[in-house]
Amino acid sequence: MDLALIVSVQVLYAIATLVIISSGLAVIFGMMRVINLAHGEFLMLGAYSAIFATKAGVNIWVAMLVVAPICVGLFGIVVERLIIRHLYGRMVDTMLATWGLSLLCVGLVTSLIGNTTSGVSTPEGSFSIGAYSVSLYTMALIVIAVLLLLAIRWVLRSTDWGLIARGTMQNPGMADVLGISPTRVYSITFAVGAALSGLAGGLLAPVSGVVPTMGGSFIAKAFITVIGGGSSILAGTVSASALFGLINQLATFITTPVFGEVALFIAAVVMLRMLPQGITGRFFKGSL
Amino acid sequence: MLLGVMATLAIPQWVDDFALIQITIYVVMAILAISQAFIWGFSGILCFGQATFFGLGAYTYALAVVNMGESTLPVLLAIALPGMFAVLLGYFMFYGRLSDVYMGVITLTVSLIFFSSVNSTAGPEWRIGNAPLGGFNGIPAIPSINFPGNPEDPLDAVTFFYLCAFSLIAIYGGLRWLISSRIGHVIVAIKENEQRATLLGFDARAFKLFAFTVGGCIAGLSGCFFANWGSFTSPTVFSLGQSAQIIVWVIVGGLGTLVGPIIGCMAIQWLTTQIGTQQTFNSNLVLGVILVVFVLLVPKGIIPSLGDVLQKLFGKKVAKGEDA
Repeated sequence: MDLALIVSVQVLYAIATLVIISSGLAVIFGMMRVINLAHGEFLMLGAYSAIFATKAGVNIWVAMLVVAPICVGLFGIVVERLIIRHLYGRMVDTMLATWGLSLLCVGLVTSLIGNTTSGVSTPEGSFSIGAYSVSLYTMALIVIAVLLLLAIRWVLRSTDWGLIARGTMQNPGMADVLGISPTRVYSITFAVGAALSGLAGGLLAPVSGVVPTMGGSFIAKAFITVIGGGSSILAGTVSASALFGLINQLATFITTPVFGEVALFIAAVVMLRMLPQGITGRFFKGSL
Repeated sequence: MLLGVMATLAIPQWVDDFALIQITIYVVMAILAISQAFIWGFSGILCFGQATFFGLGAYTYALAVVNMGESTLPVLLAIALPGMFAVLLGYFMFYGRLSDVYMGVITLTVSLIFFSSVNSTAGPEWRIGNAPLGGFNGIPAIPSINFPGNPEDPLDAVTFFYLCAFSLIAIYGGLRWLISSRIGHVIVAIKENEQRATLLGFDARAFKLFAFTVGGCIAGLSGCFFANWGSFTSPTVFSLGQSAQIIVWVIVGGLGTLVGPIIGCMAIQWLTTQIGTQQTFNSNLVLGVILVVFVLLVPKGIIPSLGDVLQKLFGKKVAKGEDA
């Protein structure tokens, strides 16, 4: 019984992690049709900002939930101005340019900070289920993932801003005629996506080693989740995270974490063979 | 091509052994560059994980030669196994009709998965036959290629250089021939307009799969030579940086040419070696800057842009980068 409970907590945790690391990517891809290969580096920058803020004496929750997204969001605005803006509509070129950006960030951070692992300790303590101990932080991440999804849904559906953004993505010309500047909407959307990535980086800083190349270990999962989910942001992220998180965690439980990832990946490729448009290409069509 | 043969024959006479070994690695990487140039520039397959096949080639050769002792069969295996993996992966991608952007992400992810799987095989329980996989430590002391049938007689530096250089020339010639053949025309037609080619009765999926497999085999051979070159292979052959490097070679040299990526490859290799000798700049940083700048400002790459400039200067049609 305890074992079943602990496994389900772990599965929920795996799903929550996938939701957190892929939401920023999903917003940028789902809204703007831009695949951001520098997503992993946005996470990395978020993690570093959280760590530096904590070391400077800021409360760790403030550092993770406020400082990290703001820093990376601002960085996102700069990136959009300098690179992404010139490449709208050219998906392949955008991918290549953001890949270049990703190498650049890794190189820059390595030169400036060095290739060492730094970290912060996990906040809060742990509690036990039978003979097993569960970190409270694990539960916090699950709650945050749920809140994050609700927040994205609320912004997109119930605010003027979400309506304007969705409208602009569907028909930029019409939005322009109605007096909305599409370039500004693009810029803000990209910044929001970047901020979400930064938030993810901040949240993961206590539970993973923070090194300049840490992005590489997350992007594989994040990409697979977004692509497996398909075009709709929320339904896609949730359904793909649930499916892949479950497979990943069960395979991890039976073998090792690395082969858990392999299982996740094989499941994704087989699924894409059957549903090339992702899960939401077939089910939950037209949802957010 | 004639130029290439002449250079190949001349180089060992001119340079000392150290420089020759340096040039050999350029040539090995040029074989990898040409495989990416073919599948991306001519077949329009967006493969961001060509390092997968390169690494598979290196590991296949290393594991097989440690077990067998004689190198002829391992070399063939190092070509065949990546090719078979390309068929398998290509089947899922082309027959699933994935769009090219998804394909890029999938291939990239495959290489990352290989990277982390191989990385985690450090323990002594991970071995194939007599050969431990070595995990993040890699496989050291890989026996080099020998003359077929004679394990006691390994190739020396000069002969190995000849082998690599003539392989490159042969592959270049072979791909030229393939592109100008009927199959090649269909492959290029599919790149230009897949729907039209399909409506004309060609099975685009099968042709793409064929091109992807050829690319996989060539990359495998390059990996095999790489494992020979340093008698060593480690999981970094699958790494993100390795895949990125291949993309940079092709972008810098010029997409849609075969010569361009070879030149791009050698130029970038030379540059990263130079960067390695000083400490201020990290080579990742420079590669990243080069990639961003080329995508934004010189999207065609050096060779086609040179062609354009010459055309403007002399006001007549200059062959576009390829030797006419």
